[in-house]
Amino acid sequence: MERRDILKGLATMPFVGALFYGWYKKNQLDQMITKAGRKEVDLTAYNPIVDKIVSGDKPLNVGIIGVGIRGTQLLSGAGFIHPSVVENWRKSAKNNPNDHRYEEYLTQDDLNIRITGVCDIFDVRAKKAIESGANINRGGFDDKMGVAPKRYNTYKEMLADKSIDAVIIAAPDHWHGTMTIAAAKAGKHVYCEKPMTWTVPETYEVVKAVKENDVVFQLGHQNRQNDSYFKAREAYEKGVIGKVNLIEVTTNRNSPGGAWVYNIDPKASEKNIDWKQFIGPAPDHEFSLERFFRWRCWWDYSTGLSGDLFTHDYDAMNQILDLGIPHSSVSSGGIYFYKDGRTVPDVLNSVFEYPERDLSLVYSASLASNKKRGRAIMGHDGYMDVGGKLKIFADRNSTKYKEDIKNGFIKPDIPLYSYAPGQKKADAITSATEQYFASRGLLYSYQGEKRVSTTHLHLKDWIDAIRTHRQAACNVDQGFEEAITAHMGTKAYREQRKVFWDADKQKIV
Amino acid sequence: MKNKLYSDSQLFWLVVLRVAIGWHFLFEGLAKLSDPEWSSYFYLMDSKGIFAGFFKMLAENEQTLNIVNYLNIWGLILIGLFLMLGLFSKQVTIAAILLLSLYYLSHPPFFNLDYALPDAGNHWIVDKMLIEILALVVLLVFPTGKEIGLDRLIFTKKK
Repeated sequence: MERRDILKGLATMPFVGALFYGWYKKNQLDQMITKAGRKEVDLTAYNPIVDKIVSGDKPLNVGIIGVGIRGTQLLSGAGFIHPSVVENWRKSAKNNPNDHRYEEYLTQDDLNIRITGVCDIFDVRAKKAIESGANINRGGFDDKMGVAPKRYNTYKEMLADKSIDAVIIAAPDHWHGTMTIAAAKAGKHVYCEKPMTWTVPETYEVVKAVKENDVVFQLGHQNRQNDSYFKAREAYEKGVIGKVNLIEVTTNRNSPGGAWVYNIDPKASEKNIDWKQFIGPAPDHEFSLERFFRWRCWWDYSTGLSGDLFTHDYDAMNQILDLGIPHSSVSSGGIYFYKDGRTVPDVLNSVFEYPERDLSLVYSASLASNKKRGRAIMGHDGYMDVGGKLKIFADRNSTKYKEDIKNGFIKPDIPLYSYAPGQKKADAITSATEQYFASRGLLYSYQGEKRVSTTHLHLKDWIDAIRTHRQAACNVDQGFEEAITAHMGTKAYREQRKVFWDADKQKIV
Repeated sequence: MKNKLYSDSQLFWLVVLRVAIGWHFLFEGLAKLSDPEWSSYFYLMDSKGIFAGFFKMLAENEQTLNIVNYLNIWGLILIGLFLMLGLFSKQVTIAAILLLSLYYLSHPPFFNLDYALPDAGNHWIVDKMLIEILALVVLLVFPTGKEIGLDRLIFTKKK
């Protein structure tokens, strides 16, 4: 072999050396960046209810009042799905290996409860809910059913039944307060859908009834179970984003369903709907299928955007920052797109002031645009995007991170911290590609770990609270703050004025 | 003295192309190796097009995912290293084409697929992945390992 052969054979070797040198330098820098990020953000909070084992006490007897869209979801979260749905999922899972709904449902914790009572004023829905409640083995039509729940024609009859331990209330908003008060007085534990109340006066009564009768109350804000909010709270408490001065939360919807224009069941009529009972505490009105199925569109039964959708955001922020009731509120908006006879606005902007906390909470909603606006908590040193995922960014003019930003260890455009529930990893530095995939809404159900519905966890938390005699995750005090804040937003809109919270007198003025 | 296969400049640019592609592979492999959290999971789960089911299946099973991750990292590193060094050039070039083809098929820029990978720009059928595959095919039919590379030391007959 000649010398020139050896030279030619090894000619490209120096490039390999150069590349390894570059890799080594990059690694060094990456490690410094990671260290700088981890130094600032090391979040360990998580929701302990996920791991908690359901107690083996005797099964609780649960009744459900109202099994429309949300009531059906709650039944499913509690472990009771209609056999027809199970059969559909089975079929779909067979044809599509990526459809894990059935598998997830089967692995959802058994809460050791029985649905023994169903109350719905629409016969079709009541019948379906009874069939779901009897489906104790989570099977299809051919599987063995359990004892069918009893149907009660009125919620009062259900509450009078001593055998019922607890009730889930998913009736329309105008019934929430009335039913919760009656249930608490009857000694039943209550899981009530949001918002807690429809009017201001009943808000106080709900608190009183729940406390005096010592029942476990859970308000249906399942965000309380989401790990990302636990971590956001921890980050806030650790001062990761510095002093918070502005919180912005939004609703961005653009579909009939999103604007509460739900389908009207063709089988529905005056014959199978107890209209008088539907009206209840609301102003009298002649029978209307539209009003029955799309009740959220009228103040007569609804709490509008503020009560229906803002409450989700408010409670999430209250969970993270312990906001409490604001000092004041202004609101404006209108019915700008859905001119279908509704009385509640489809565009709403509310501003809530917290002068003692030196911050404002802004809520902006549209039911006729999908322009994605998130939930942002803004501080001097950084901001958080909070939702199913949590992303924390450093502010480029932050005082706290000034040195690290200058040295290139913290990059304002790359999350200081990012977390997506269901993913094992919660790393301080995320690669650009991964950020991209996450932002594209990759479904976390595909993670090797099991995905669990937050509605299920929220019910589990409630049942566990009943069994262990403790407060539930979203108790009546937090419910009071939620309801009063939402009412302030609504009142400011409807009365076209700035409303205030008189903390001494505990009154909206 | 052997017959000269290429002119000097032809040989020079072919070797530059080979080293550059090798560099691209090797650095990608090393970057993945040094990130303990890296997994092909997201890439596979994001798969689109007719083979998406296959790629998602790989990602969903923990065992196959581990195998895919391992093969991908070490495949990239070894292919890159060997391409740069000009070692087993022919086999390595074929392996590189196969690996890139898998990437290509996992996110094919075909008709009616209004989807593109993060930094890929706008493509229809021909994207940067395909260009790199084609460049490797060119290297396969214009081999240079035995001219400039370790293959020269291994396969050149001793005189």
